[in-house]
Amino acid sequence: MELLSGGEMVVRALQDEGVEFIFGYPGGAVLHIYDAIFNHSDIPHILVRHEQAATHAADGYARATGKPGVVLVTSGPGATNAITGIATAYMDSIPMVVLSGQVQSHLIGEDAFQETDMLGISRPIVKHSFQVKHASEIPGIIKKAFYIASTGRPGPVVIDIPKDLTNPHDKYEYVYPEEMRLRSYQPVTKGHTGQIRKAVNLLMKARRPVIYSGGGVVQGGGSELLVELAQMLNFPVTNTLMGLGAYPGEDRQFLGMLGMHGFYEANNAMHHSDLILAIGVRFDDRVTNTVSKFCPDATIIHVDVDPASISKTVAAHVPIVGPVDAVLAEMVSQVKEAMASGEKTDEEALKVWWDRIDEWRAQHGLWHTPRYKDDSGLIKPQEVIEELWRLTKGEAFITSDVGQHQMYAAQYYRYNKPRRWINSGGLGTMGFGLPAAMGIKLKFPEDDVICVTGEGSIQMNIQELSTCTQYDIPVKILNLHNGYLGMVKQWQDMQYGGRYSQSTYEKSLPDFVKLVEAYGHVGIRITKPEELRPKLEEALAIKDRLVFIDCMIDPHEHVYPMHIAPNGSMRDMWLSKTERT
Amino acid sequence: MRHIISLLMENEPGALSRVVGLFSQRGYNIESLNVAVTDDATMSRLTLVTVGDERVIEQITKQLNKLVDVIKLVDLTEGAHIEREMMLIKVRALGAQRAELKRCSDIFRAQIVDVTSSTFTVQMVGTSEKLDSFIQAIGDIAILEVVRSGVSGIARGEKTLSV
Ligand SMILES: Cc1ncc(C[n+]2csc(CCOP(=O)(O)OP(=O)(O)O)c2C)c(N)n1
Repeated sequence: MELLSGGEMVVRALQDEGVEFIFGYPGGAVLHIYDAIFNHSDIPHILVRHEQAATHAADGYARATGKPGVVLVTSGPGATNAITGIATAYMDSIPMVVLSGQVQSHLIGEDAFQETDMLGISRPIVKHSFQVKHASEIPGIIKKAFYIASTGRPGPVVIDIPKDLTNPHDKYEYVYPEEMRLRSYQPVTKGHTGQIRKAVNLLMKARRPVIYSGGGVVQGGGSELLVELAQMLNFPVTNTLMGLGAYPGEDRQFLGMLGMHGFYEANNAMHHSDLILAIGVRFDDRVTNTVSKFCPDATIIHVDVDPASISKTVAAHVPIVGPVDAVLAEMVSQVKEAMASGEKTDEEALKVWWDRIDEWRAQHGLWHTPRYKDDSGLIKPQEVIEELWRLTKGEAFITSDVGQHQMYAAQYYRYNKPRRWINSGGLGTMGFGLPAAMGIKLKFPEDDVICVTGEGSIQMNIQELSTCTQYDIPVKILNLHNGYLGMVKQWQDMQYGGRYSQSTYEKSLPDFVKLVEAYGHVGIRITKPEELRPKLEEALAIKDRLVFIDCMIDPHEHVYPMHIAPNGSMRDMWLSKTERT
Repeated sequence: MRHIISLLMENEPGALSRVVGLFSQRGYNIESLNVAVTDDATMSRLTLVTVGDERVIEQITKQLNKLVDVIKLVDLTEGAHIEREMMLIKVRALGAQRAELKRCSDIFRAQIVDVTSSTFTVQMVGTSEKLDSFIQAIGDIAILEVVRSGVSGIARGEKTLSV
């Protein structure tokens, strides 16, 4: 029998769970745990510079690997600083376990120093949460937390641990549970065969089908099966912002992203389709535009592991609840069977459909003819991302923050693999990109990990440059420098008569090159179009240092297409500053 | 439409706040809420009355089911069921009002459970509608205090909500 203190149990349980990194920040309530880390831990701990960054770093790790990211913060301000990152993970269904310190049990409720009701504050943004009541519960609760975070529809789980329960002098028997079963939580393991049969019958008859796939396919490991299904059927595929990479970006059948800044061909195909196979998506308002005008002719098959996602905003004709990989596997085998018994898709109708899609592509497709070129003599952000894509052969991990740069990175980098495009889609958290990149680079030191950002976003967690120095994390940061809160400015240009209320910095920006040099990193500035390729090459050739590329771009560029709202449908878009559908 | 949703959940700290929080977070209505431990001390039974169209009710039941603490759930209004609510009502009772209140209580099969020289406290069990009608029936008698338990309910016949 092994006796451990609560603090030691935390460390041991994380080891037994196979945790690779802890992202955290110490403070009074977690000092016993930190002492146990000092004495007993084999798990590298990354000391960030702000708890928000710890959550995003753990989140980046989780998105890139599929395994839960782990965060350790102290009570009070440590816990509240973690909230934005927990909400970010929650909105995108990312597995994460957050251990927060709490004041001593007997002080709870007394407004003790650094007390905050972490369970209360985090309740609407966690999949589940626990407060430890006795040290002996720690292994069981940690096991449950990892199980809940990583199964079904994944999400963050908070464990709040009062300080006295980690006291090094109180030791209890340590047993890490082998298995976990909860009577109140039993995620589905497969889809309903009858429903899948119904869906397959519809697929075989479709004349204008589209596969609309999202983050659920990335998270649920359904990418290969999605490719197999789409290619067997010769159906066009569009991905949501969260789903990019689930279908190879360079494949002929890929229509690009859909939604507010989606591709003309993708949004049009959706609008005119007669059958939508929606997988691992949630018909987000950034996709559908006006719900009542959404895809008027389409029959909708909706596959998701979370029943609450189905028919939440758009009613599904054929709902299928199940893990995307299991459902896709069964669909693939049913389609194969149908084809083996002589059934065929409507090839003639599909040919007509593809011709129409190719026409849309030729008219306004972003990848067909570059539409952003002009004679301004300025660097165009789209061109920067395209160059980055070419130089990294579409294989880098790209993280992003939130704004115009994020949309350019989603539109112009062609992701051929899932888990390579890492962004905060649901919550839209500025400040996500750099810490997320750190979490990924630590796990994949040989890969290019590049944070595409803007001056607004990068400054929300810029202190992490210091963490990168301490742990030698050579990520690349590509700042699309437009001198504005670009996306805000774009809306103000389009909807507020160009009144730039609080979206400019008025010459207050730091010299980013000097700034990163002060942290011991490399800074490279790009100011002219002809420097773009050579300087990007130069930056990418530096493998062992963090490189900040400050790329001065056309400050007035806008992201297009852009859905016309309110009251627009999927196909109603601005295509440039002057053209609309 | 009015729905009575009844569920079994883990008798754990925080479970109730998750249920209640869900309603405010997602903008759903709660008309009444009633919760207590069951014969199995590890489980609580919670019954709530809510209103919404079919789509909203479907979301409510799905979101409730998604809570890790919720073990099982039933929308009682979907089948034959018994619905009861308990009310304690304290009223001014003077002179002729005393006899009238006594008569009214008998008609509604309510009981007078506490008496003073100037007040009656009446206890009554029934559907929420029946409790409402009692309040109406006593007309202009002054109501001093009303305490209602919120609805609890159970399915008729063999059907049970159990693990
Ligand atoms: C934490 C946070 N605050 C505010 C916003 C609202 N917002 C969305 S985009 C944006 C501007 C981003 O500017 P920048 O990072 O410079 O990127 P750009 O749009 O210029 O590429 C703002 C303020 C947000 N998404 N996140």
